[in-house]
Amino acid sequence: MSNVERGFIVEPERYEFSASPIHQFELARRDFFKILGAGIAVFAIAKDAAGAQETAPGHRSFHSEELPKDISAWLHIGEDGKVTGFTGKAEIGQNIRTALAQTIADELRVPFESVRMVTADTALTPFDAGTFGSRTTPTITPQLRRVSAAARDILVEAAAKEWGLAPQGLIAADAKVTDPASGRSLKYAELARGKTLAQNLPAEDPITPAAQWTIAGKPIPKVDGQSFVTGHHQYTTDIWLPDMLYGKVLRPPSFGATLTSFRQSEANPMPGVFVVRDGDFVGAAALTQREAQEALDAVKAEWREVPQISNKELFAYLKQNGAAKIEDRFRKQKGSVQEGLASAAHRLDVTYNVAFIAHAPLEPRAAVAQWGDGKLTVWTGTQRPFANRDELAAVFHLSESSVRVIVPDTGSAYGGKHTSDAAIEAARLARAAGRPVKVVWTREEEFTWAYFRPAGVIEIKSGISGDGILMAWEFHNYHSGSSGIETPYVVANQRTEYHAVPLILRSGSYRGLAATANHFARETHMDALASVAKMDPLDFRMKNLSDGRMRAVLEAAAKSFGWPRKKTKEGQGFGVACGFEKGGYVATFAEVSVEKNSGAVRVARLVEAFECGAIVNPDGLRNQVIGAMVQGLGGALFEAIEFENGRIKNPRFSSYRVPRFRDVPEIEAILLDRKDLPSAGAGETPIMAVAPAIGNAIFDATGIRFNNLPMVPNGLRPS
Amino acid sequence: MPIEIEVNGQRYPINYPPETPLLYVLRDELRLTGTKYGCGEGQCGACTVLLGGAPRRSCQIPVSAAAGKPVTTIEGLEKDGRLHPVQQAFLDAGAFQCAYCTSGMIMSSVGLLQSNANPSQAEVVQFLQGNVCRCGTHPRIMEAVRHAAKMMQEHGR
Repeated sequence: MSNVERGFIVEPERYEFSASPIHQFELARRDFFKILGAGIAVFAIAKDAAGAQETAPGHRSFHSEELPKDISAWLHIGEDGKVTGFTGKAEIGQNIRTALAQTIADELRVPFESVRMVTADTALTPFDAGTFGSRTTPTITPQLRRVSAAARDILVEAAAKEWGLAPQGLIAADAKVTDPASGRSLKYAELARGKTLAQNLPAEDPITPAAQWTIAGKPIPKVDGQSFVTGHHQYTTDIWLPDMLYGKVLRPPSFGATLTSFRQSEANPMPGVFVVRDGDFVGAAALTQREAQEALDAVKAEWREVPQISNKELFAYLKQNGAAKIEDRFRKQKGSVQEGLASAAHRLDVTYNVAFIAHAPLEPRAAVAQWGDGKLTVWTGTQRPFANRDELAAVFHLSESSVRVIVPDTGSAYGGKHTSDAAIEAARLARAAGRPVKVVWTREEEFTWAYFRPAGVIEIKSGISGDGILMAWEFHNYHSGSSGIETPYVVANQRTEYHAVPLILRSGSYRGLAATANHFARETHMDALASVAKMDPLDFRMKNLSDGRMRAVLEAAAKSFGWPRKKTKEGQGFGVACGFEKGGYVATFAEVSVEKNSGAVRVARLVEAFECGAIVNPDGLRNQVIGAMVQGLGGALFEAIEFENGRIKNPRFSSYRVPRFRDVPEIEAILLDRKDLPSAGAGETPIMAVAPAIGNAIFDATGIRFNNLPMVPNGLRPS
Repeated sequence: MPIEIEVNGQRYPINYPPETPLLYVLRDELRLTGTKYGCGEGQCGACTVLLGGAPRRSCQIPVSAAAGKPVTTIEGLEKDGRLHPVQQAFLDAGAFQCAYCTSGMIMSSVGLLQSNANPSQAEVVQFLQGNVCRCGTHPRIMEAVRHAAKMMQEHGR
């Protein structure tokens, strides 16, 4: 069941409201083979574009030098038998480099080791809107499978031609084509030799069902793991180019401030130091970071500040500033909430608040920019290389083909690296200096000038019957977003609305988007309703659920957790929460212990069952699921951005608390492998149910309900 | 007279000012970029190196204070082309996602195991408390440290 069928489209990431249309690909065919060497290249055309281009059925060779437009995926088989897959998605720690290579190896029938992935390089890879929304697995995996299946067919046809046989009956396996009748075989490498054969296909080749996967579905370790444990992998922050300078940017004192005067105290800065003012942008580049900073420190700048909303007035502001008109896609109504409430035996109305939080990726935003012959190359850790390219082209008045953005495997993002700020800064400084420039944001800049997961206010009105059946459900989300807003429970009378509010702090995507806020409110509320109904929280949920996949994750997690459990010590409590989003189902159970005297809350154990269809790499998936649980614990218990007068008050790891080893509980992840279902993404959904499960466990331990995120930044004491 | 420091068994004259944090000398001057910047305030552990054998936050140490004490960075852990057991253990456990924290985690763990060959779980937690992993790989990192301790005891390294 897709979100569309459920009545809501997937929430557009805030920066995707301005997403560019698909652009044509600039690489010419001869360049492609120049880069990769001779061999066989196969291109998959996006389904709806295929018919418009050419009507001839089956595989086609193309005749022009231009590569076809609207290509979604491609791969190349070299004369040495090495296979290269291409995707515009970026590796940000979610392990797609491994999972996608597995997919190609599996479908093409070659050893895993012979496949490498080229990712997120606007000059080499197909256009891609960005690495977000848990889209890589559901969209790129099938595309690469289709290209691989087509490549296999091409190889079989080539062997058949070589032998003067019909292709039917020949077998492609183990990187070779075999004729079972005679026993002779030709390696893929031999079949690719001497060829510069490029074929594209309408993306319709049948692909191998998950039950028959041999390489996909296996826990293959992260590709290039050795380069990470030895420190050799080069993140953007590690790149060095000859003649490169280090850049720093002068930040305004507060959000929205504009530069009113600018004066350099030294008429002539030191040799090799460049200071740039361009509009409100002031930056410096120098041979060392220190010299660049000193050059900025010597600048006398005055700013005009504007009044800004502060923390303490945040939730009232959000509630009062919802858009007057709600777009149809952000509202849903069924039955009559009024009638449902009137017939309910019990009513419960609660308001929930969710704070702004930061992604705090350990590798801060960074970029290295280099100009040459009017062209700009930028290495940067971003989730949206093509959008970065387009923004750079617009800012510097270049054609898109004059800008190349390359994304080295990046030190995480969690939805936080969509924008091109560092790329633009580095490029601006590099143009002024006439030399390559690297800009690495400080942690303080990262906490201040990036963007945040939006805060929100959620109001729920509800009613249940005497025997614990949901009669009415009204749900309003102000500002945080519509992801995961719709209840998975069966309710005859319901109304769900997302109220957009103008941005207060620069806000954007975050792992799971608003699904975490919406699940926190809904699942906390469901627990409170279970109390009202005097029912076991799991039984209450089951009674109101019909979706078999949701019930399955709840049952699997309950079994491992040992629900229902008897308390064995003081301060112990158990909680449950569940949800569905982006094609994945999750159920989380939590055990907490609350220390009576200090009020300190400790999560002792988390058990989570997750189901996202057929699993591509259980090892990578487990890492993602457990990682989401740990990350979710921070936003649940203590993470919050504090701000006042346009300034962030806790822009450091010493003042913004993130989960550390001592916070990490005993964790168990149960992965349900549904080989009969298409693979969905897994980067986000596993985070959603963590906060409510923990909150419900705190209630079980103490009888206290926490309706705001974070729940206990100062333990049970009021914050 | 320029400062000289010894890093991974090799001596380097340093041109950066003596108060420059060791981190920037390693990364920008010597281009040993395995040591990472994460916060610049000694709060995340990404920049951990061994100084005189003890794990230290290189963003908090002026390069002048590193003169006369051997510095070991992540690049200096391999011996004769073989991974250090802690590196091997992280690799075996798949104890990384984006892996940006990995250098610091490994250097801290090497420091721990040098002073405490068989740490309890609580001691590992205590020791690594100052190292941040934002991907939430903590359980696997714990497993890697346990595994490394075992390997080092078995092989006497």
